[in-house]
Amino acid sequence: MANVLVWVEHDGSAVKDATLAAVTAAAKLGDVTALVAGSGVDGVAAAAAQIEGVSKVLKADDASLANGLAENVAPLIASVMAGYDAFVAAATTTAKNVAPRVAALLDVAQVSEILSVEGPKTFTRPIYAGNAIATVESSDAKLVVTVRGTAFAKANATGGSAAVEAVSGAAESGLSSFVGSEIAKSERPELTSAKIIVSGGRALKDAATFEATITPLADKLGAAIGASRAAVDAGFVPNDYQVGQTGKIVAPEVYLAVGISGAIQHLAGMKDSKTIIAINKDEDAPIFQVADIGLVGDLFTLVPELTGKL
Amino acid sequence: MKALVTVKRVIDYNVKPRVKADGTGVDLANVKMSMNPFDEIAVEEAIRLKEKGVVTEIVAVSVGPAKAQETLRTALAMGADRAILVQTDDEVEPLAVAKIVKGVADEEQPGLIITGKQAIDDDSNQVGQMVAALLGRPQGTFANEITVEGDSVVVKREIDGGLETVKLALPAVVTTDLRLNEPRYASLPNIMKAKSKPLATKAPADYGVDTAPRLKTLKVSEPPVRSAGIKVADVDALVAKLKELGVA
Ligand SMILES: Cc1cc2nc3c(=O)[nH]c(=O)nc-3n(C[C@H](O)[C@H](O)[C@H](O)COP(=O)(O)OP(=O)(O)OC[C@H]3O[C@@H](n4cnc5c(N)ncnc54)[C@H](O)[C@@H]3O)c2cc1C
Ligand SMILES: Nc1ncnc2c1ncn2[C@@H]1O[C@H](COP(=O)(O)O)[C@@H](O)[C@H]1O
Repeated sequence: MANVLVWVEHDGSAVKDATLAAVTAAAKLGDVTALVAGSGVDGVAAAAAQIEGVSKVLKADDASLANGLAENVAPLIASVMAGYDAFVAAATTTAKNVAPRVAALLDVAQVSEILSVEGPKTFTRPIYAGNAIATVESSDAKLVVTVRGTAFAKANATGGSAAVEAVSGAAESGLSSFVGSEIAKSERPELTSAKIIVSGGRALKDAATFEATITPLADKLGAAIGASRAAVDAGFVPNDYQVGQTGKIVAPEVYLAVGISGAIQHLAGMKDSKTIIAINKDEDAPIFQVADIGLVGDLFTLVPELTGKL
Repeated sequence: MKALVTVKRVIDYNVKPRVKADGTGVDLANVKMSMNPFDEIAVEEAIRLKEKGVVTEIVAVSVGPAKAQETLRTALAMGADRAILVQTDDEVEPLAVAKIVKGVADEEQPGLIITGKQAIDDDSNQVGQMVAALLGRPQGTFANEITVEGDSVVVKREIDGGLETVKLALPAVVTTDLRLNEPRYASLPNIMKAKSKPLATKAPADYGVDTAPRLKTLKVSEPPVRSAGIKVADVDALVAKLKELGVA
């Protein structure tokens, strides 16, 4: 049985949901060890030890790992990988930054954003904005794989009781340093784990109109808020709201697209939603080709009316 | 400081890709091809750094078939100074592309390497990070803003929760995200001028790189299609549907 190392993504205290999907994918490959890297991560390691399906936790606790800098993290993972056959991580921006660096250090190809595990070294993954699904088989001695979170069930966060072992070897590369971050705190559900998402597009005109139109509806539905690239580029909402091929991949129970045309790059990020609802004044908008329920008309009358009637 | 930018020839982003009936790949015959959009942003950023006097020369590199010359000419028309085509008809995976780019960087010694964050055909999002690893240099991925300050570069990065800023020692690798800039169109005179800019042709073997794939594509298939839905007449009907779905 293969030994699989799973990267645990965390915020310093809690394990991110995305990791739970990576654990499910990893368990299909072999015996799962979770790697918690950071500074002051006893709590995270204890939480990781409880994830169902994790048989061991490796804890790398070092100041150089505090901000997840790829230059410090990747060599550590590459050295730990001496004892493992596969490295698996959720396809978040954190892992997208680190995993290819690990793969190159190990001289192996990375398999990005897998949708399924078909065999010990065989996976499916989307290409061309999800307009095609490739089945690929690795010929490398070790695997480096990132996992599309929406394609795998989340492992139970509790129920396991793995032992925690410390690993050393972390070092400051001297190549990079962390300057700061702008992370918006929100009471809303996170986009990638929300049950309902209301997304707005270019039609929302400006930041104030977006806020005045989309937010009350999202509040009524207890929904997360997403956006098209056009809405982000125009500054209606922050960049991390972008849903799509090159933004976030979501698959909620209900995705409500408001004033979004449905470009292939947008569809790539939401077409696996269970129910898609679209509000658009153009009855020929491509979004209606994927929508389960469509409402044609002016969003500036329809959305306030909808919000009022909920 | 010299800047190296990587540009890939890919299916135009406006074209809807079609899977070949025999399941071997995506049909690219007679399909419009263009520069990968993230690479346009990379070229544009290098030009802006040159306009600011930070960058002195821009070298554009592409790995691909003879036709990738067109992509390099576009980069030259935008404002790159020189181009290198590492010519091969094989499909080259990100790791091998990264090894070739490392080979070029070893010769050219750029202070900054700018790649796109993702090629819109393979959607790998790997090459920049791999180049940085192979060179043992720092990486600023998914860049939203780049500022060169002396012997380092400050990169504001687009991450899942918002933005993050890192400071990297030069030479460094940066990968572009959508908000970094808006690429310019090449003007007609510049397109003409680009025809006489130097374009060298090399082979992967010149850099000692074996491009044999590590991943075997067993098949390429259509994604599941969503069945056509219904249109509702008014908001009341939509509210009723939302109630059926249990969300209202
Ligand atoms: C490299 C690359 C990557 C990309 N990545 C992404 C990505 O990840 N995510 C993404 O979303 N896009 C992405 N795009 C952009 C994508 O191609 C489209 O440009 C974008 O999705 C369009 O956004 P939109 O639907 O909001 O705007 P538009 O296409 O302009 O659509 C606006 C819609 O609003 C409707 N409308 C206007 N007024 C009203 C009204 N009053 N009431 C009701 N409806 C109205 C119109 O009928 C129209 O359908 C990418 C593009 C490139 C090149
Ligand atoms: N064949 C290629 N030639 C030149 N640059 C490439 C090539 N493949 C990838 N790149 C660069 O690497 C970036 C990321 O590509 P990828 O890792 O394949 O998603 C692209 O935006 C390009 O800048």
